[in-house]
Amino acid sequence: MCTYLTEKIDVDGSGKGAKGWFGASQATVYVDHPVHAPYGHTVNIDVLNPALGPSARVALELTEETALALAEAIHRAIASAPAGLASKDQIV
Amino acid sequence: MTQVSADAIRAETITITGHGGDEIEAYRAVPLAPGSRGGVVWIHHMPGYDRETKEFIRRLAVAGYNAICPNLYSREAPGADPDDAAATVRAAGGVHDDRLVGDVAGAAQYLGGLDGANGKTGVIGHCSGGRQAFLAACSLQLDAAVDCYGAFVVEDAPEGMPASMKPILGLAPDLSCPLLGLFGIEDRYPSPEAVAKLDSELTRLGKSHEFHSYDGAGHSFFSVDRPAYRVEAALDGWRRIDDFFAKHLEG
Repeated sequence: MCTYLTEKIDVDGSGKGAKGWFGASQATVYVDHPVHAPYGHTVNIDVLNPALGPSARVALELTEETALALAEAIHRAIASAPAGLASKDQIV
Repeated sequence: MTQVSADAIRAETITITGHGGDEIEAYRAVPLAPGSRGGVVWIHHMPGYDRETKEFIRRLAVAGYNAICPNLYSREAPGADPDDAAATVRAAGGVHDDRLVGDVAGAAQYLGGLDGANGKTGVIGHCSGGRQAFLAACSLQLDAAVDCYGAFVVEDAPEGMPASMKPILGLAPDLSCPLLGLFGIEDRYPSPEAVAKLDSELTRLGKSHEFHSYDGAGHSFFSVDRPAYRVEAALDGWRRIDDFFAKHLEG
């Protein structure tokens, strides 16, 4: 199905797309048809910067099992590092 | 002088006038041999204006029609890769129904102005384009429409979907032309129940239509580049599309 149901959040960081690195400002997560993954539906994650145009995009198409595993891995990686090390308020 | 063969076509990206007078990109394919020809507007699926959709356009031209596919994402993502364009438009809430109708109207008008145009125009779409083909056929004066597994014609969209995806069964009294519907029995959107309801309503209204639902097929069974492709359903579906357009658009 074409869901159009999209979770959208602001993000702060960078991504590497087809034209190289760019500053990312937004991420969307949605369940819909993939372009490339060999499934009917996948969890699709886009990291974007709309101000830089449509090609400023890092795209993922994952099964729901691996998308959830990715989310858990993100939690584990952050938990295993010193608190605040990768925070926007970190000391550099 | 060398005669142009019947299967010779010219296919290219052009600019047409769409909804609101906007200049939008479109992909067209036309036979090179002279002749009286019907036109077909192809409405691309939600993943966009991709290579496989363009192959459909060329196929229709080889079959003898002037064919065109407006890039529904042309405004938000001119020149972008189809998948990037689709992601951009999704993030912006999708294509609203009134704009879709205006873009199809612009594409149909373009076809009507081509040399040899016989004044007959059809519309076809897959997936979200199936719903939009029905929408266009209920909003514009057309001669044939093909809905390939379009969802949310009958059923309510799940909570949280944009208002643009509201059911449009109420437009059925305005259906301007015969409708061919091609569906998969294993599809959930549209489900067999939704297809049956649309069938029943069109019968009640006395609207000419022909529906076929395929065993062993779900959504996207025409998509040759996806695992949902079902060769038997796709081959039979194409045969029915060819017959349907020949019946309603030739002359």
